[in-house]
Amino acid sequence: MKKTFTGRVVVKGECKAEALVSHGGFNTLASYQHSLMFGDKTAKCSDQNNPDLYGRAMAGKALCMPQTIGSTTGGLVLFCAASMERQAACLLFSKPIDSLAAAGAILADVWTEHSMPTVDSLGDEFLSFVQSGDTITVSSDGKVTVER
Amino acid sequence: MQLTARQQAIYDGREGEVKAKIMKTLVMYGETFGSDRMADITGEYGHLVTSFGLSVMKPVYALMDEIIASGAVSGQKFTVDPKPLDPKVPKNLIQEIFFRVMYSKQKDYDEQLRKLGIISDDGYTCTCYMNEVGNVPKKGDILSWAESSAVVYANSILGARCNRNSGIFDLFGSIVGCVPYFGLLTDEGRKADWLVEVRTTHKPEAQLLGSAIGMKVMEDVPFVTGLDKWFPSLDDDAKAYFKDFGAATASNGAVGLYHIENLTPEAVESGRSLLKSGYKTYVIDDAELERVEKNYPVIWKDPAAEPKLAFIGCPHLSAAQLRSWAVNISTELKKNGKKKVAVPTVMTAAPAVVKEFSSDPLYSVLENAGVVISSICPLMYMNNPQCGKMPVLTCSNKLRTYTSAKYMKEAALLEVITGGAK
Repeated sequence: MKKTFTGRVVVKGECKAEALVSHGGFNTLASYQHSLMFGDKTAKCSDQNNPDLYGRAMAGKALCMPQTIGSTTGGLVLFCAASMERQAACLLFSKPIDSLAAAGAILADVWTEHSMPTVDSLGDEFLSFVQSGDTITVSSDGKVTVER
Repeated sequence: MQLTARQQAIYDGREGEVKAKIMKTLVMYGETFGSDRMADITGEYGHLVTSFGLSVMKPVYALMDEIIASGAVSGQKFTVDPKPLDPKVPKNLIQEIFFRVMYSKQKDYDEQLRKLGIISDDGYTCTCYMNEVGNVPKKGDILSWAESSAVVYANSILGARCNRNSGIFDLFGSIVGCVPYFGLLTDEGRKADWLVEVRTTHKPEAQLLGSAIGMKVMEDVPFVTGLDKWFPSLDDDAKAYFKDFGAATASNGAVGLYHIENLTPEAVESGRSLLKSGYKTYVIDDAELERVEKNYPVIWKDPAAEPKLAFIGCPHLSAAQLRSWAVNISTELKKNGKKKVAVPTVMTAAPAVVKEFSSDPLYSVLENAGVVISSICPLMYMNNPQCGKMPVLTCSNKLRTYTSAKYMKEAALLEVITGGAK
């Protein structure tokens, strides 16, 4: 099964990666803090409040979510994850991107060597359809193809 | 994006490459949100969220070095979130060793903050807006702050205008003196998407109510009714309540601004006309708060373990809260026939608040009861894996969200720490 969604490009880029889906808000600090502090290169999610992601490796995955929530260290945390090569392959948002996620995606793009293609406004249907483990292809015009 | 002549000059590199890169980053950020101009910062001071010299956050310190080396220091003085370390806070030898390793960059980072423009060595607190601290924006001031609990307080209680800026972006704005104009800086962005009707039988626990609202509305703006019957005005008690409420809305959700009917400045001025057409409604009663609390996971290894520590003050306590806790602890200890707290307890407040409170007789009441009063960041303390393993109690929903600390309502926590209950 294959379905394509079109969103708005926040940070341009292309990638192909396995989907990791958070149906609730993605708490960036809570999710990344253990992996950044304790040398976990796979970036296992440490957010106890996120049953979709808790304990799952996030590095190199296509992170799909409605938006991010929580601490205003969020952008800085995404910047550090990218600088330390533990970043997601791409960031995909069903809703318009929030200010913290945008800051992180832009910091990674402008100030590091490890940009994360970022697409927002993919719609609620995208988040209802995509499942962790699906193959995601992101093209530079904001088209996101989900295959399973 | 239309830039002023001064902003354009920075963008074009006439004040150096690093400042140009900072301005380009802010412009890219603003354009993401449809911003067509930059707004000059009018608040006197900034506030930064990054206070910790964590050894693994080398990219941040390298970036700070790059900024300092370029001479692009902050155009305004700033306060910053609390420090992660305080020798007074209980810890064992292994925890102490972990702290030394984890926060080995603390002294270097403190020095970077001095060079960048921290207000003073006492400028470390998440409640910079307390009168004792002095970073109190005026209504309508444009800010470049981060720290979710401080941003939501400045917007909601003080009527300042600030987006939920990320760490690093807080400093970027202070360096170039402007921030993109969008979101909570605009009149339209400050209108409410939700009508939240509080219909509980008692004054709800601030951090539990904030948590419920944050989880429901995410980053939207709520207009909350039904709370004014418990608060005759926005006095110190009300401000302390809404400080804790706001911190929970911002950590369990992404709320940057809330309006409280008949209390917060914009709600007093404009009333329900702040509600957008087609707003959604969320009704909160006793059962809803009970449901929310029951869903909090307890991740202690042994959920029935004896607590080893209690943290009160995330965000930092106000002077009124310190006084109230002192009276309550003293009363309960007497009732229980005890002189000292049954669980080691740490209360946290801003250095300037602690300094003033130290001349109050109630300060000695807490000290004599064995309570440690500190200006530490409890969250940073709990990030030490050796501390995270300990069964720690808190009445802070924010601390619960980010660490293994177990949440208890204030009255229940009081009972436990004074030996009245287990």
